[in-house]
Order: sequence, then structure tokens, then C-alpha cells
Amino acid sequence: MSEVVVRVSQGTADQNEERRYQVPVTPGMVVLDAIHYIQAHFAPDLAVRWNCKAAKCGSCSAEVNGKPSLMCKSRLDDFQPGEEIVVYPLRSFPRIKDLVTNVSWNYEVNKKIVPFTPRKNAQWKMYQEDMDRVQEFRKCIECFLCQNVCHVLRNHEKYEQFGGPRFFVRLAGLEMHPLDGADRLPYVKDEAGIGYCNITKCCTEVCPESIHITDNAIIPLKERVVDRYYDPLTKLFRIFSGNNK
Amino acid sequence: MESYETHEHDVLVIGAGGAGLRATVEAAVQGVSVGVVCKSLLGKAHTVMAEGGVAAAMANVDEADCWQTHFKDTMAGGKMLNNWRMAQLHAQQSPERVYELERWGALFDRTADGKILQRAFGGHTHNRLAHVGDRTGLELIRTMQDRVVQQGVPVYMECTITHLLKDGDRVSGAVGYWRDTGRFVVFKAKAIVLATGGVGKSFKVTSNSWEYTSDGIGMAFKSGAELIDMEFLQFHPTGMVWPPGVKGLLVTEAVRGEGGLLRNNKGERFMEKYDPKRMELSTRDLVARSIYTEVKEGRGSEHGGVFLDVSHLPAETVIKKLPSMYHQFKDLADVDITKGPMEVGPTTHYMMGGVRVDADTGQTTVPGLFAAGEVGGGMHGANRLGGNSLSDLLVFGKLTGEAAAQFAKKSSKLRVREEDIKAGIEEMLAPLARTSGPSPYEIHEKLQELMQSYVGIMRTEQDLKHAIEQLQTLKQEAQRVRVTGSRMYNPGWHLAYDLKTMLNTSEAIARCALQRTESRGAHTRLDHPATSPEWGKVNSTVNQDGDGMRVGTSPLPQMPEELRQLFEEPVAAAKK
Repeated sequence: MSEVVVRVSQGTADQNEERRYQVPVTPGMVVLDAIHYIQAHFAPDLAVRWNCKAAKCGSCSAEVNGKPSLMCKSRLDDFQPGEEIVVYPLRSFPRIKDLVTNVSWNYEVNKKIVPFTPRKNAQWKMYQEDMDRVQEFRKCIECFLCQNVCHVLRNHEKYEQFGGPRFFVRLAGLEMHPLDGADRLPYVKDEAGIGYCNITKCCTEVCPESIHITDNAIIPLKERVVDRYYDPLTKLFRIFSGNNK
Repeated sequence: MESYETHEHDVLVIGAGGAGLRATVEAAVQGVSVGVVCKSLLGKAHTVMAEGGVAAAMANVDEADCWQTHFKDTMAGGKMLNNWRMAQLHAQQSPERVYELERWGALFDRTADGKILQRAFGGHTHNRLAHVGDRTGLELIRTMQDRVVQQGVPVYMECTITHLLKDGDRVSGAVGYWRDTGRFVVFKAKAIVLATGGVGKSFKVTSNSWEYTSDGIGMAFKSGAELIDMEFLQFHPTGMVWPPGVKGLLVTEAVRGEGGLLRNNKGERFMEKYDPKRMELSTRDLVARSIYTEVKEGRGSEHGGVFLDVSHLPAETVIKKLPSMYHQFKDLADVDITKGPMEVGPTTHYMMGGVRVDADTGQTTVPGLFAAGEVGGGMHGANRLGGNSLSDLLVFGKLTGEAAAQFAKKSSKLRVREEDIKAGIEEMLAPLARTSGPSPYEIHEKLQELMQSYVGIMRTEQDLKHAIEQLQTLKQEAQRVRVTGSRMYNPGWHLAYDLKTMLNTSEAIARCALQRTESRGAHTRLDHPATSPEWGKVNSTVNQDGDGMRVGTSPLPQMPEELRQLFEEPVAAAKK
């Protein structure tokens, strides 16, 4: 049986140590299997989050050889023979221990979003063609890989002013829901700070659900914000009609 | 003594999967103070893995469908061992529970005329499963998660509850620990809802996540609650069998619902031999046994499964209706399911038995302790139909949340005893203090091997006796486990306690399986292959007996005449 070297970043918020393990490889093995092997044989207290092991729950996000990925989807045979596998926790969130980070900021952002609000007198009839685009957003498994790579958060640390790609996906899903009647554009513009996004598409690239975050969620939301707040004709119309929303 | 923090609620819900979240929403609606505790982050519970759909007789696709037919299908699937009242409430109320989710923002796939689409599934007479491609569970979780957040209910994430506290014969609180810091926490509550799911992690090949360590069953049992029907453990017919790392991972029944065909290595559609009428859409117990038999008799695939094929369907249909299956096989097994067959075999999936509950309220035999979803027993009898689990957790989540809130409203303030808290905490700390002893991972592996080999899909007296004997040895070893490292996010430490719970539950499964000398539904005894009319009149029961357990039987609740008559005549849709 062949073996692979796995280097795991272990430690706490303010201390990091890379430890090296020799792990036997079985066919089809993924990085999460290797981490479990390390737990069972070398480091019983190695902290890692996981649940479904099938890319459906979004728990096992990490940075594998520098690439933000779900460990349950990262196959060992996708690496070069002899290549060492280096596993780090998500770097945009503070580490709790080993591969586990504190992602509670995301849950706080989520609380601020106005939930689904059905239109008055909604007839509960919807057509598939009107729902397809929203169903794409509903595929999100909240792995927070998009939040992790977004440079507005990762490099510029705009945690106070910016919601991040995950929540633009949620907001787009609500705004485009065929029966939703709430208005979230002021929030999208002012509090979620969509203007900070300069559409580098880093989020889209790492999405394990292949959601077209930039093209289908962020850009349409930006367009709606522009139409309302920055379109000169609409602005003139508003001034004369007295509707200054 | 170790310090701990204290929180107080009228109703405490343990578990934030479908049943827990639905119970939370309903209890909060009743205006009481509610808290919900979960072992993972919110939104990661095992319900996200539910794929195929939620069964509800809405008659959107087949006008002939009605609750009576759903009720009959459920009872027939459960080999008439179901609690009839639960099956009735479930069939009657599930359509409303689905429509309600839609009003909370869920988006189910549609029919051409804009209604909720329903697909075919095993054992269901009509197209009955409301679904979202093959990720229905995620839609349910996300919808209810948003609802709970909207209600402002406190969610205690990554917190594990280990012990229930009592005031006299009533439940009054719970002890647990924060997974991140390892610090202890006490919850005081007038009513507690267990929504902790099932038992799969006691088996080697399972579709279940790490959370499925039977916590609720274990805590209820130790508080004096009765368990029923623990021998009825569902082996889902189609789990992945290759590669080894994904062995057991679920392949949704929706694959067969959408027209997938099962074949052996001779290319034969072998279900013709076992259930020529329903073929691939037979009930799960029968399909699982058929696959087992094909493999055992040498007609299996290279890796010990059979073939499940959708490559005759248009590729775009497969990708649209089974997207996560498409990706799961492509990414993890290098199989393009639009072009070739999947290899599948049985995997431990769902506990039909569990804590005995009152059908209308979800209350266990311990006052103030409620249970909803997979942790409860009775609803599914000897075998659960696919799709009936998501509807179960919606229907009984709601009923239980409501009943728990009402119970709490009528309750005066309860006491938690300091010595009980102390005993719980000391039990948790013991493995950290030991300087020698086996690793919890090692014993867990032995448990999984044992249950897989001796208490699996085909059972015999000899095997079951062997398993019970070995479980005693493992229990003794588990008392000596040693944990290294600190209490901070330490999975080894977490497992050390979960292991004890799993060993106890495993013993209940094995003892019930030994007692029931017949084959029925998911419980197959090679030494008692016939279904016995006498055993059809009783549920199995498990109760605490000192430090051990007492297994017995209790008579099945009797179905009223008007429901009994449904089984004698075809149901007309007009009865709706």
C-alpha cells in the first residue's frame, strides 16, 4: 500500500505548528479520510469539523495545498505522486483549534437579512422557469469558502461594512423569489456593502456547488442597486414625482 | 468542583435537524421561552443528507391520492407494526406541513401548472414525494433554520448534551459541554424535546454522519423512559460500495423513483424474482434483502454490490433531477452516471424503533420528556417507506413542539439537583484523568465491526448471542478509555462518552433482535424466516433494570374499526 505525507496545521488562535504524518492510501481516498486516519492513529485530539462526507453539508472546509476546498471532495489521487499534502484551516476566520475556525460572524450577518416575506394576497402558484434561478442559490451549503477567499474580507477585513458572497447569494435568492414582497436593496447597498465587490470572481471559482455567485447573484444585485440609486433618469423622475425612496 | 454556566428555558429542544427545528418553531409560536441545542453548526444536521423528498398525499400529480391511501401504504410498509394513530396523524397532516414550508419560502420543484411536483417512491401507491431535485433535506433545513433565526430563538451551537436531570419523576434540565472550550453547561427547563436522530455510527457501513450516536435514546433510557422496537433498523438498499472511503454513502431512492434499474452481473433485472409487481420500487427492506441475496449467491458486482443504472434516461434529466448523485459519483467514484451504472449495496440508514412516545403529543413515558423524529419509535413499524421520514419530522416536530410548550405552561418551577450535575460532570472528566487505557477510536472500530458482522441485515440466534457477549467486554473496556490532550475541541474526548451511549443502544438492538423469533420488515432472522402472526401483535420493549436492561413485549395499540375497514376495500379518492 502506498503512503502519502500529510502536513497538518495544528494549534490555537495564537499558536501554529505544522505536524507531519505518514498516511496509507486506499483507492478513492479523500483528504478528510486522511485526517480521520490521523485522528484514529496519531492525534486523537485533532480538531476538525465534518458531517455528511458527501459535499452536502459544507462543514469540512479547509485550505488544502493553498486551495480552499471541502476536504471530503479533495481526492488524494488528484495530487502529483509524491506530493505532500498540506492542510490549513480557513484563514479569513479566527482559529479555535487545529482545522476548526470561528465562523460565528457569518451567523451574525445572516440575522440582519429580512427573511422571506410573501406578497399580500400571494397566489401560491409558481412556475419552474421562474424558480430555476432561485433554486441555484438555494443549493448553497454554507461552507463559507466564498467568504474565505473574498479579498474584501480576507485582505481588507471589511467585516463591519460587507456581507460577503454567501449573503449576496441569500439576498439574491430572496429578492428573486417569485412571491417575495420585501425590499432589501437599501440593505444590499448600505449595510451589506455590495459596492466593495469588484467582481474578481474568486468566490465563484471555489464554490463546491458551482453556483455562479458573481454572474447570477452579485451582478444582478449590483444592477438593481444602480438602477434605483444611480440611474440619472430614475433619479429625476423621483424628484419630480416626490417618491424619494 | 468544575464550574459551569446555567441557562433557563421553558422548553429546551435538543437537536437542530428537521424535527428539532420544527419543534422549536412551534414551541416559540406558543409564546414560551425556547432554546435549541445542537452538536454541529446550525444547518449542518443530518437532515441535509435527505435527498429524495417528503411524502404527502397532496394529489398534485395523481388525483387519486388521499390520506387514507398514504396511511395504508405506511402501515403495509411497516408490516402493520406501526402505531396506527401516528400513521394516521402523519398521513392526514403532512400535506399542510409541506404547504406551510412553502409559505416560509421553500421552493419545491413544480408541475407544468405551477403546483408542487411529486415523484414516485418505493411502497407509495401514487406519486407522492414533494422534492427539490435530490436535495430536499437541505431545502427543509434552510427554510426552518431561517424561521428559527427570524423568531429570535437562542441557538446553542456546537454544544453536546450528555445527561438529563430530573426533579422527582419529571425531567427538569440537562447537562452538557461546549465542544469548542470543553466547559460545562447546565440547562434548566420545564419540558425537553429530544430530536437527536438515530444510531448509525454503531455500524461500519452507514449513511449516517458522526452525530448519529443515539444520544437521545441513551439519555431517555437512563432517565427511565421506555424504548420500543429497537430490532427494526433500516438498511437502505442503495449505498455506495466503491471506493472504500465512501462505502455506505447514500444513493437516493429517487434514482429508482426517476426510473433507475437494478441489475446483477448477468445483466438481469433481478427484482423480477423478488417483487415482480413493484420491481425497483418495492419497499426498502425487500430491495435490501434482494441485493444481499444476489451478492451472496455470486451475482454481484466487482466490489460486492449490484448495478443501478440511469444511463437509459436522457442525460439532461439525470443532471436536472439527480444533480447531487451525478456529482457524487463523478467526483468521488469516477463514474459518469449518465453513461454507465453505479455500484450499490445496503447501508445502515434509519432506526424505526426508539423512545416510546404518545402519538398526539410526542411525550415519552417520563413526564416532561418529549421526542420527535428518528429518535422516537412507533411511526414506521417494522420498515419505513422512503419519504416518510421528512414528513414524520415535520408532522411530529410540530405536534411535539406544541405539546411541550403547553406542558411547560402548566408547570411550576422545577429543581435541578447539584449532586446530579456533579455526577454527570465527573463521569465526563474521568477519561481525561486516566494515565493508561485503550483509545476510544479503537473500541469504536471494534463496535462497528461487531454490529456490522453480527447484528446486520441477516441475523441468527448464535450471532446475536455472540454480539451481546462481546458487547459486555467492550462495555468494560469503554469504562477504562483514556483520553489525551485538553478539553478544547477534542474529538477523542467527545467519542469517549458517545461510545458508552452507542454500546448501550447496540445492546438494546441486539437483545430485541434476539427476542423476536420471526422475520418482519427490516428484521430478518435466518433461523426464523417466517413472519409470525403472534409476533405481529406485539411491540418489543426495553426498560432500565438496575444497571442493566430488561427486554419484553407490549400489546400493539388497537386500530379503531373505521381505519381497519380501509384495509378491506379499495380507497376511493372521494373520501378526501
